[in-house]
Amino acid sequence: MMAADGASRDTAGTDAPDAPAEAPRISRWDDACLAAALFAVDPAGSGGISLRALPGPVRELWLELLQELLPADEPVRRVPLHIADGRLLGGLDLAATLRAGRPVAERGLLAEADGGVVLLAMAERVARSTAAHLSAALDSGEVLVERDGITARTPTRFGVVALDEGANDEEQVPTTLVDRFAILLDLGDIALREAMPADYDVGEILAARGRLDAIAVDDQALEAICGTALALGVDSLRASLAALRVARASAALAGRDAVTVEDVSAAARLVLAPRATQLPAPPDQPPPDEEPPPPPEENQDDNQDENQPPDQEIDKPLEEVVLEAAEAAIPANLLAMLQMGAMRSRSRSSGKSGAIQSGSLRGRPAGTRRGEPGAGARLSVIETLRAAAPWQRLRRQERTQTARNGGPAADLLVEVRHDDFRVTRYRQRSETTTIFVVDASGSAALHRLAEAKGAVELLLADCYVRRDRVAMIAFRGPGAELLLPPTRSLVRAKRGLAGLPGGGGTPLAAGIDAAVELADGVQRRGGTPVVVLLTDGRANVTREGIGGRAQAGEDALSSARAFRVAELKALVVDVSPRPRPDAEKLAREMGAVYLPLPHADAAALSGAVKAVS
Amino acid sequence: MPVAFPFSAIVAQDEMKLAILIAATDQSIGGVLVFGDRGTGKSTAIRALAALLPSMRVVDSCVYNCDPEAADTVLCDACREQKAEKGKLKVRKSAVPVVDLPLGATEDRVIGALDLESALTRGEKRFEPGLLARAHRGFLYIDEANLLEDHLVDSLLDVAASGINVVEREGLSVRHPARFVLVGSGNPEEGELRPQLLDRFGLSVEVSTPKDLETRMKVVRLRDEYERDPEAFIDKWKRKDAKIRRQILKAKENLSEVDVPDATLQSAAELCLKLGTDGLRGELTLIRAARAYAALQGDDSVGVEHLRRVAPPALRHRLRRNVLDDAGSTTRVERAIEELFGEASAAA
Repeated sequence: MMAADGASRDTAGTDAPDAPAEAPRISRWDDACLAAALFAVDPAGSGGISLRALPGPVRELWLELLQELLPADEPVRRVPLHIADGRLLGGLDLAATLRAGRPVAERGLLAEADGGVVLLAMAERVARSTAAHLSAALDSGEVLVERDGITARTPTRFGVVALDEGANDEEQVPTTLVDRFAILLDLGDIALREAMPADYDVGEILAARGRLDAIAVDDQALEAICGTALALGVDSLRASLAALRVARASAALAGRDAVTVEDVSAAARLVLAPRATQLPAPPDQPPPDEEPPPPPEENQDDNQDENQPPDQEIDKPLEEVVLEAAEAAIPANLLAMLQMGAMRSRSRSSGKSGAIQSGSLRGRPAGTRRGEPGAGARLSVIETLRAAAPWQRLRRQERTQTARNGGPAADLLVEVRHDDFRVTRYRQRSETTTIFVVDASGSAALHRLAEAKGAVELLLADCYVRRDRVAMIAFRGPGAELLLPPTRSLVRAKRGLAGLPGGGGTPLAAGIDAAVELADGVQRRGGTPVVVLLTDGRANVTREGIGGRAQAGEDALSSARAFRVAELKALVVDVSPRPRPDAEKLAREMGAVYLPLPHADAAALSGAVKAVS
Repeated sequence: MPVAFPFSAIVAQDEMKLAILIAATDQSIGGVLVFGDRGTGKSTAIRALAALLPSMRVVDSCVYNCDPEAADTVLCDACREQKAEKGKLKVRKSAVPVVDLPLGATEDRVIGALDLESALTRGEKRFEPGLLARAHRGFLYIDEANLLEDHLVDSLLDVAASGINVVEREGLSVRHPARFVLVGSGNPEEGELRPQLLDRFGLSVEVSTPKDLETRMKVVRLRDEYERDPEAFIDKWKRKDAKIRRQILKAKENLSEVDVPDATLQSAAELCLKLGTDGLRGELTLIRAARAYAALQGDDSVGVEHLRRVAPPALRHRLRRNVLDDAGSTTRVERAIEELFGEASAAA
């Protein structure tokens, strides 16, 4: 089943990417095999494994290996990308219901996978609702169904293998799921010739499962795990817990009865390193001593004996060894980003397109709901008939009743009533509205405005494809003015921009405030705003419209901070001939990307905006 | 149902625990919303609530768990008829329901619909109550509240506001009481909550992951212990859970006795005025929450220190977005408290 969707090993061997020449300290493939074995030891306990790799021989080999390690009688269920909720969770089995004359519940795929593994295909594109269902089942160890007249609670414990085929950073498995998976594995740069069959077998796995419950974990190991997680900036406590379980599985696999430094290192490599959001502080500089909160009094006496630090000298080294192991395992691309310090400041909602929105007319079909057709909703005939089917007997009886009482005796094959109507729901990405906020003051205004106008027009040309809108605010003299309300129309934009005035003072604060206000309006209508501010960052008109450089600068910075609170995507383009720190500081306060563009030309500007939004 | 993690074993997250206890003490508080980071025990705390709640008196044989002491207007049709006929109602004890609204739930199961089984087997039309009926006088929990389908949110809001569920479908016309405490949790990174739904919650709590090693180790250790042997773990924490249950029970009894002096009312009004919260709902919730908190503490009068403690969860989601203020809503509430009531006193 697992090998069904890929080319076989020998024919596809030539497409394997070439491996880098240097030999890694611990072979990536060995770690991948270890991950498969550890997952097989405790699929449900580890939650899951996220396997980032394009379909190809290496991934096939890994999946084959996993299949071999799982006992043959355990279910493996594949979840296709667009699975319906009814199939995933279970619901009414219509055919069986009609045949039996009583409600028959259909077991969902998650219930079927009890004790086994769920394979999630193309996990980077999985719908948020599917991800939420999987998360709920992983958390509670049961599937709770409240659908189509069926109420059912089915216990199910399974592990997930998420096949992540994301090609770039924007395609990621939903974070809700990743947070519940223990192991994150990237097979991306493993060459086929590195991928040897691993030397684990089912017997070992089964033996390890038997030992799993008895594995002891001492405080040092726990401290090493939690300490490493903190040092790498892995916030979610689920990750630490998962690392603990993986360490335990590792000890069981190795035939030990207590977790040792190797097990903790393996857990740190497989679980913690791929989630790092910061590089650990250098060893000579101990992590900041945080004041421990007063222990809640109700817990005090329970763990006292466990809290006693064992008086062994190797206490510190263990954590360092683990941390080093984890650091060495941080994937290269992640490492590069960490070194740039880019992770912490990453925007909350990264991603190119707007947020997803449920509309009634356009987009991808996303299930059905009860409702009236018309007014923009489309009738789903199949679902309507399905909804009507169970009630036919009742309705037939009612008809004979009315006929007997002298009513009209209609002879209907299937009676569909108003309540049966089901309409199709659609889901679409919400449109992005790019708001240009242009400094129209002073002498350079005319030039800047012309460039901004050019960029607006270039972006508008793209709008027909991307379904985006643009708007434009100019600020000069005493305040800001909305020159172009959000529009998709090229003609309207050109007309609105034609008579653009320039000159006067620079009321920067007023401009930023106006942008926040407009962006808020866009968000309320379900759009995603992106703000592009063209300025040199030097204000000389206060929020009240009075001249005064110092107060104006203060006002601008306070507006910038308010802007950051609104958490908008933004780009500050510094258009002064010689970029100065003012605009950069402003960008920092706004939480915006800073781009010095002294000779802003429309094409470069349009390109930069597209990169941000 | 798998046994829930014990409430008393939840480490730190004091504000969340307090908000849940306040809602359990005074159900009229209007629900709790817990928003925050992943893996902070949001769902764990709420699911643990069920085990804590003291039992309640219900009308025997009533499918809606009607309160025998309730006024006629709040009773369901069957109970009202029974009361008119016999003059009194038979009473039994029952657990307070904590109903899970799963994300994939369909509308018919939430608001109720024709009973499929009796329609198929006996050809009868019978109303099958939904989740809203089951949650009457108890709690309705929505995990990932921000991912709930819009049309379900609409039906929920309508019922939550009126306390009555009206079902008109398949030629069936049913009205039944459905007063429940809405409890929601979610992660802001998954999407914002609709403002209408946000406003429904009396208290809103922000949770974040603990950052110190000690607490984190404790959380991991306890959770691991629980997962390896849930029954033994629950047994170990049973007495502490029972203590909290007694605390809730006592607070419920004393709630009406707790005095709210005029000075406290005035302070609450000043605080709301200063923060510019919309409408009177904020003020009302603030007072109620403070009273419930005082009752939980065993105090017989509501003072400023009670207001100070419950003001952030009662008010932070009611602030208008202020363009001129860069601070987050929690900071704004705290700042206003400090300006009005001075630095935290030792009594608080």
